[in-house]
Parts: sequence; structure tokens; C-alpha cells
Amino acid sequence: MNEQPLWSVFIMACLTNNFVLAYFLGICPFLGVSGKMETSTRMGGAVVFVMLTASACAYGINSLLVAIGAEYLRLISFIAVIASTVQLVEMVIKKVSPALFRSLGIFLPLITTNCAILAVALFQTNKGYGFMQCLVYALGAGTGFTLALALIAGLREKLELASVPDVVRGAALTLLLAGILSITFMGFAGLG
Amino acid sequence: MTTNAQQPQAVDELLKGIWRDNPAFVQILGMCPTLAVSNTARNALAMGLATTFVLTLSNVAVSSIRNIVPKQVRISTYILVIATFVTIVDYAIQAISLDLHAALGAFISLIVVNCIILGRAEAFASKNPIGLSIADGLGMGLGFTFALLCLGAVREVLGSGTLFGVQVLPSSFEPWVVMILPSGGFFTLALWLLLFNWMKARKAPEAAR
Repeated sequence: MNEQPLWSVFIMACLTNNFVLAYFLGICPFLGVSGKMETSTRMGGAVVFVMLTASACAYGINSLLVAIGAEYLRLISFIAVIASTVQLVEMVIKKVSPALFRSLGIFLPLITTNCAILAVALFQTNKGYGFMQCLVYALGAGTGFTLALALIAGLREKLELASVPDVVRGAALTLLLAGILSITFMGFAGLG
Repeated sequence: MTTNAQQPQAVDELLKGIWRDNPAFVQILGMCPTLAVSNTARNALAMGLATTFVLTLSNVAVSSIRNIVPKQVRISTYILVIATFVTIVDYAIQAISLDLHAALGAFISLIVVNCIILGRAEAFASKNPIGLSIADGLGMGLGFTFALLCLGAVREVLGSGTLFGVQVLPSSFEPWVVMILPSGGFFTLALWLLLFNWMKARKAPEAAR
């Protein structure tokens, strides 16, 4: 088993190997939802929750699959778990807080195809993390995702007011910003 | 539908994916693998071909079961179909080249959540006959491969002075290390998008006239 301390797992997932800016995971919501600060933080919250649940389920399933020697079913069962977790979260939120449900809208079901979630499940398996390490890893990855989303949203809100040539507007501008942010995050490389 | 009427339409579906509706450059889909594995031309080509394979076969499967699957469970069915083909590709690449498998890493498994594949299954294959779905899958896949190669070639030439592992720039050239790093991926894609936007903006007034 991997003996990496918990704080180091967290720092690594959140800052040094930030899922969005170093591994390019979850770029689609990153480009789509990062227009406004409010939506991006809410989206981040939902992603953190789904990641934690999916990570815990994936740990259990993986131990089971290894025990019966059916590792080739790993990918299929992970994606099935994630899809049903998202469905569950959707139903719970709809029941508990209809207002939050309406404000998240289409982004909620789309979390299923957010590659960051599946990546957490796959990476934790590859690294051989224990149960607590898995949870901390998922928490770190989710926090890192929210952080990147919020940073870009803040920059984009400011740039709305700036005069930018028409050609650069849209996805190209966001990608340039992401590139610069990604360079900044390399400054964390020594940590963890 | 007769074969004669289907022939030009199939060719059109094929060409649509490669240029007009290119999944990466025009629809901005499937960004995660596009950026992550395009640090060398070889990785980009392998990833593009693997995606094309999964895309075409999942289109065939989805198209052939399109009248049986109930509407409520269609998305989960498609995801499971796609996951099956991705598992096949994962094991196939492992058998062909271990180096390549190590270089692409978890990104092979992550083809499952590539939105292009689910998008084509939902938007095209679930509504069209098998023949057209094959053409659509092949076209989109090749268009994606083309986009990956565009990125991979630029990043490899500028970042290490080679192309497919062959030295193309003189050894006096100082490699731009930033191109190999994650930020290089963002910058290169942004520049390609700028080029496409610029070409579109130049064409628009001509079309209006």
C-alpha cells in the first residue's frame, strides 16, 4: 500500500498536480461554466460532493473486483457508479432544495461526463491509495477544480469590461488565460 | 432509402466531420484528451486513431440498437456500450506497445468520457441507419485526429525540435520547453482557434457580398 501522508496527498491533488491546469481534466465545464463567479463556485461544490461519493464507491468496487479477479470490468463499473451517483445527487437536491436545483440546471446531469470524476477513481486505483487517502485525494482534486474555476471566472468577469479584439473573444481568450494560470501553478511544483 | 441517394450523403457526413464541423476546432468538444496527449505527434496520432476506432464502433452499435432501447435509459446504455469498446482498445494498445500505453496512461480509459463520442451517439447514431452512422463516426474521428496532429506537431517541433522523433530543426535551435508543459497545450490550442476565427472573420464579408 502507498504510505504517502494525507496532507501531501491533498496538496498534490489540489495545487501541484491541479486537475484542470496540469492534467487538463474537466476542461469542458471549465470553458462552459466559468463565465460567472456564482455559478462556478456552485458547480465546484456539486463536483466535490460527487467526487467524494464516487471515490468511496470506487474504492469498495475495486477491492471487490480484485478479490474475484475481474479487473477488466473496472472501467465499466466505475462509470456506472458515477452515472448513478449523479442521478442520486440530482434527486436529493431536487427534493431538499428546489432553488439550488433550478440554479444548477443542465450542469448537474453533465457532471457524469466530467472526466475529472472518472479520473479520480482511476488515479486512486493506479496509485494504490488506502481508503482515507482516497477520500482526501478526491477532496483535494475537487478543491483544486473549484479553485481553478473560480480564478478563471474572476478573470473573465473583469475582462468583460475590457476592450478585446473580436477575433480573440470566446474560447481562445479563456484558453490563453488558462495557459497563463497554468504557468503560475507551476510555481507550486516544489510543494508536497 | 436507395443506395444511390445514400452514397453522396455518406460522403457528405464524412467530410462534415473532417472540416466544416471539426469536433475539436469548431465544436470545441473533447478538449481534455486534445490538450493532455498532444505533447508529441506520435501520442497525438495514437490517441486520435484510438478515439476514431471507439467512435465508429460505438456509432455502429448504438445505431443498430436504436429501435430497441427505451428512451429513459438510453444515456446509460450508450455509456456502457462505449465503456466496453474503450476496454477493448485499452487492452489492445497494451498488447501492441507498452511504451505507448505508458505514455498515454489513464487517458486511454478516459476516452469513455470524451464528450464527442457520447455526443455523436446521442445526436447522430441514435437517429440514423448504420451506414450513415459509420460515415459520421469515421469523419468525426478523422477530424479529431487531424486536430490532435495539428497541435501535436506544433508542440513537438517547437518544444523539442523533432517530429515523430526525427530531428527537423538544426541542433543550434534552443527548444521552447514551455510547449511540452501543460501551459504550452493551452497556448497552442488558443493560437489555432485564433487562426480559425480569423479565417472565418475574413470569409464573412465575402459571403455577405
